[in-house]
Amino acid sequence: MSGIFEYNGGSIVGMKGKNCIAMACDRRFGQQMSTITTNYQKVFKIQDNILLALSGLNSDIHTFYALMEKEINLYNLKENRKMKPTTFANLVASALYERRFGPFFVTPIVAGLENGKPILATYDSIGCKSDLDDFQVGGTGGNYIYGACEAFFKPDLSPEELEEVIGQSLVSGCDRDSLSGWGGVVYVLTEQKLTVKILKTKQT
Amino acid sequence: MQYLDNYLQSKGGYDYTNVKRNELMKAQGFKEIPFTKTGTTIVGVIFDGGVVMAADTRATAGSIVADKNCEKLHPLAPNIWAAGAGTAADLHHQCAHFNAKLKLQRLNLNRQSRVNEVITKLTTKLFPYRGHIGVALIIGGIDSNGPQLASVSPHGNYVYHPFQSMGSGSLAALGILEAKFQDGLTKQQAIDLAIEAIEAGIFHDMGSGSNVDVVAITKEGVDYRRNIRQFNAKSHQKQIPYHFPANNTPALRKYEFNFEKQELSEIGQEMEIIE
Repeated sequence: MSGIFEYNGGSIVGMKGKNCIAMACDRRFGQQMSTITTNYQKVFKIQDNILLALSGLNSDIHTFYALMEKEINLYNLKENRKMKPTTFANLVASALYERRFGPFFVTPIVAGLENGKPILATYDSIGCKSDLDDFQVGGTGGNYIYGACEAFFKPDLSPEELEEVIGQSLVSGCDRDSLSGWGGVVYVLTEQKLTVKILKTKQT
Repeated sequence: MQYLDNYLQSKGGYDYTNVKRNELMKAQGFKEIPFTKTGTTIVGVIFDGGVVMAADTRATAGSIVADKNCEKLHPLAPNIWAAGAGTAADLHHQCAHFNAKLKLQRLNLNRQSRVNEVITKLTTKLFPYRGHIGVALIIGGIDSNGPQLASVSPHGNYVYHPFQSMGSGSLAALGILEAKFQDGLTKQQAIDLAIEAIEAGIFHDMGSGSNVDVVAITKEGVDYRRNIRQFNAKSHQKQIPYHFPANNTPALRKYEFNFEKQELSEIGQEMEIIE
């Protein structure tokens, strides 16, 4: 028995580009050493301009995503308008801190575009928001992806270049983590569209 | 008992619904990941006419640097700032909460907030939580009683002293402060002393690093200098930066969702799709 965050495995990464934002995740869903499926979704489109990536205990990923969906739907109904990405980022921090003494075992990354400007925020499991860097990682393979990101990343990449950089960082990092991998999915968000690319990795 | 759940939900505050489940998991042997802490060196120095506070900018999660340039100086009121060490989430949310609480009080009473008010409110909140809210703060400000500096520990203890340091690098900083502090410093001397104390913490303590932030509070106002000193800026650039040509990474499938048309389409022509 290792950690609660290592039970299911999985890695996520988010990067900022020039007027665009990218998220990538692996596709493995495991139970410690076994792999259950290789098509588990970890990045969710909350709104046209907001993506939420979650890593950690899969049951909490699902619960937390459902909670955020509920919050944004209620917000849309009550306020009759879309939620801004910075507002959503603060909402995630508050929702996590509310459970300070009985936390959700998730480390989320929120990515969005606000008036064309990329927003990226990551959190620890109790809601410490960190939104200063140009890339954020999460999950069991996170530390390995950090290394790859530091090497490959450049500021102000175009959407096509960003898609490559984030894909390579994810795949390089997950190759070193036994609990992540079995494919990768890259999401690139611009003002006009969301592109989803399912990567071919060593074991898909 | 539905009404109880609804009542507690509307009351706000902490939600304890996951506690039982988490305790069971811990009993089965699972370990949690460490929360982001702020390792930290923070200092406060009183000078003639105000108070200076300084902090480093590193946030750690275990032994990994989670954030290379986080902000540890939080405004609580226009004339009172807090420097925080401890669990980062607690610091951020508690400081935001007190900022709002004090603002509401100022709106109701039309009076400037005072440092001793902040200390009382903080300590009365922290004590019942028995140290589980991990905030170790240095509170500094200027009000009708003059410039004041106090430190608050997570259990609810507070100490007033003309110079303070807290965090994992506090001992390194305290060495500098004990040697060089004197009464009647000027603003610039106090800033220089604070920066030197943080520098000691950055280099001697593993939990502190990166840059130095400084805030100087006087009757005239607040002077906040973010990253006034950068000891650990990247000294080299990549000689030949990586460049990936477009469509370099092979894909199984590629989809595109257009927002204006709200339609999903599969892209097949531009690249080699392997089935």
